Amino acid sequence: MKRSSEPFFWAMFSAGGTLAAFLFPAIAIVLWVAPALGWSEPLSREQLVSLLEPVWVRLGLWVFVSLCFFHWGHRFRFTLYDGLQLKHLFGLIAAVCYGGATALSLLAAYTLLNFS
Amino acid sequence: MNESYRTYHPRWYRRRVPIFWWLRQLTYIKFISRELTSLGVGYGAVLLLAQIWAASAGETTYERFLGVLMSPPVVIVNLIVLTALLFHSFTWLHLAPKALVLYLGDRRLPESMVLFGHYLAWIVTSGLVVWFVVGGWA
Repeated sequence: MKRSSEPFFWAMFSAGGTLAAFLFPAIAIVLWVAPALGWSEPLSREQLVSLLEPVWVRLGLWVFVSLCFFHWGHRFRFTLYDGLQLKHLFGLIAAVCYGGATALSLLAAYTLLNFS
Repeated sequence: MNESYRTYHPRWYRRRVPIFWWLRQLTYIKFISRELTSLGVGYGAVLLLAQIWAASAGETTYERFLGVLMSPPVVIVNLIVLTALLFHSFTWLHLAPKALVLYLGDRRLPESMVLFGHYLAWIVTSGLVVWFVVGGWA
């Protein structure tokens, strides 16, 4: 029997979902919503640069956003199958979702490696 | 099925399902909303990257990014995204006791305890994020 890649993508989906559940609402409030509603000052460039100074922060951030992208890819893939009844586009949708997640993760690596 | 048989294999009968089948019941709407939160997670990760990229590009680019962040359409989108992210967190946490079966000796820890532990962890991690960003770290 051919080995399925399903468990791998499910693990990525699951890890990303857990990290997003615990961290993302707070990140979204502090970085975007609170400043927009006037509850706080937006993060200045100097603050952001100093936060991203340590390598482990950038590495952690890369793991976080990459797992978020794979969480999106896996879940959205099945949303399209079930929600829009697109099961006949099986291969194309899987390629776009996982390919997109891979491309975005590489872009994230590039951005964080070149951060100055 | 062997590939070479497929041409002659009868087509299965499949009832056509309308695209908006999930609007018929509140449970289905909740299910699809939960699944669609992945768009919020993806958008948030992209926005986070964009902010980092803008900071890396220089002061003027970063100021422009903040300007876009404060414009009303983006604020509305971000509020919707925050709602989606919160819905994701709640639904994810409420699934956790089903996936995580813990035993204390030979008695199973009740689901409510596991859920409570997850909420506690959520509060702690959220506090850490705020503390880290607001400058406790630096």
